[in-house]
Amino acid sequence: MGYRKKNRHVGIVGVGETKFSSHREDVNQAEMIHEAVRQALDDANLTMDAVDCVVHGNMELFEMIHQPDLWHTLGSGSYGKEAFRLTTGGTTGGTLACSGDNLAASGMYDVVMAIGFEKLQEGHTTGGITNMADPLWARKLQSGALTDSTAVKLIEEFGADRARRAAMTYRIIMDKHACLNPNSHRAFGLEWDQMDELMETSPPLIGDLRLIHMCSQSDGACVVIFASEEKAREITDTPVWVRDHITVHREETLNLCNNYYPTDTTHRFAAEKLYERNGITDPLEYFDVFEMYDPSAWWGTDWLKEFFLLAGDAHLKLVEDKEIMIDGKMPINPSGGVIAANPIGATALVRVAEAAKQIRGDAGPHQIQKPVNHALASAFGGTMWTVLTMLEKELNW
Amino acid sequence: MQKTVDSADAYVIDGKLALPYSYFAGRVGSTFITALRDSRQILGVRCEKCHKVFVPPRQTCEKCMADLRENWVTVENTGEVINFTVVRYSDRHLPREAPYILAMIKLDGADTPMVHILDEVKSEDVKAGMRVEAVYSENTTSTILDIDHFKPVS
Repeated sequence: MGYRKKNRHVGIVGVGETKFSSHREDVNQAEMIHEAVRQALDDANLTMDAVDCVVHGNMELFEMIHQPDLWHTLGSGSYGKEAFRLTTGGTTGGTLACSGDNLAASGMYDVVMAIGFEKLQEGHTTGGITNMADPLWARKLQSGALTDSTAVKLIEEFGADRARRAAMTYRIIMDKHACLNPNSHRAFGLEWDQMDELMETSPPLIGDLRLIHMCSQSDGACVVIFASEEKAREITDTPVWVRDHITVHREETLNLCNNYYPTDTTHRFAAEKLYERNGITDPLEYFDVFEMYDPSAWWGTDWLKEFFLLAGDAHLKLVEDKEIMIDGKMPINPSGGVIAANPIGATALVRVAEAAKQIRGDAGPHQIQKPVNHALASAFGGTMWTVLTMLEKELNW
Repeated sequence: MQKTVDSADAYVIDGKLALPYSYFAGRVGSTFITALRDSRQILGVRCEKCHKVFVPPRQTCEKCMADLRENWVTVENTGEVINFTVVRYSDRHLPREAPYILAMIKLDGADTPMVHILDEVKSEDVKAGMRVEAVYSENTTSTILDIDHFKPVS
């Protein structure tokens, strides 16, 4: 059974995000989640009575708590509701958005609340990730997010100086965006004249991947409320329509049991399929904003090529010409992206929430000034798992 | 019984997973602990709408979603056993060496029971409805174990 059109349209009617930070000692997990739940309900002008189903997600065992969704009932509003728990690694937030859309589109529920959270300071992420791999015994999967393989690839292709400058340009652009977003965990106020210094002095993590390139570990939560078309129109004058989403998992960083190694990346494969079935021939022209799950500046730079189906050095030029800035041709992550805040189970849902806010026009200080009608949001998880979500201002496709 | 699978010469490879973590009690939970430690008082929060006093306290009423964080009430150090169990194994994460009694205790003034250790009584003598009181620890740990245990009201 292949892809089919939705049973009914679904709109985003409310979003909530906590401020992201390295520590939230002032709240426990349920209390932190409640902040985002409250915001999303207020944003939609709803009470929990209107919500039929709650979908909850985070990284498995990252806080070392089993079934956190049960405990979080104290703050999530899921008391007496139908509820699901999802945990699909780094893509959890993207999968939460897919399921919110699917559950409402199917007709099972009219209003679905998706909750993504992480409180990384309480757990031990390496414990959660590293144990999935046994390099000598079949499970030769990438474990953890630190790799300089993309830096090596870009340097080989474009030369060290150009590649390093492109990655650092991407990084400074993301910081400039992060400085506009009051929810950012990290916003340094980097200036262009710091570029050379940062390329030399930022502590190296692996090879050409330096600390400054990499995302943080953050605490925070994000909530997005999805509603069927009929309900969405009742709830708000500015629903943001979920046009389509796609999930692809076909690529391993290392081979798994000597299986087939595909030539197209998962990102490119997902993008091609999504655009093809939606009749989008030039994604760079079509989309007005892209909220990308970019765990490092190297990945962010490289992945532009995959998501926009570019060739040659077109993606580097987008960065070098600063066309990915908030006022550029293709604004990437006006929120500051994942490098600015990475509460992992929430991170990909934040991409969807931020994309929705850009379409509504009420993102705040980091609102794109040009009209935003078409938005793309991505999710990424080890090992190279991609979720892409398309949002629209008008229901006219 | 006949085996249904052939497990001859099928090896098992041992793994080991370390799970260190911390727990941020939050401001509400920390206020509860501070009152135990410094004033030997047990605090709860009241939901005015649901007419309930929650002990231990929580920031939000999960039923009506009211913000309870400022609705502090002091409950009594005495209460009654709602239910109990006897823990019969020891493990590093458990608060006592087995055997010991864990009881759900509804304190006077509270509407929700809290779980704590019940001591100074034989397990065969424990009954639901039994009146108990808190015994505070001599040394603080800034945890809920600043109540060392509960014992039957003398």
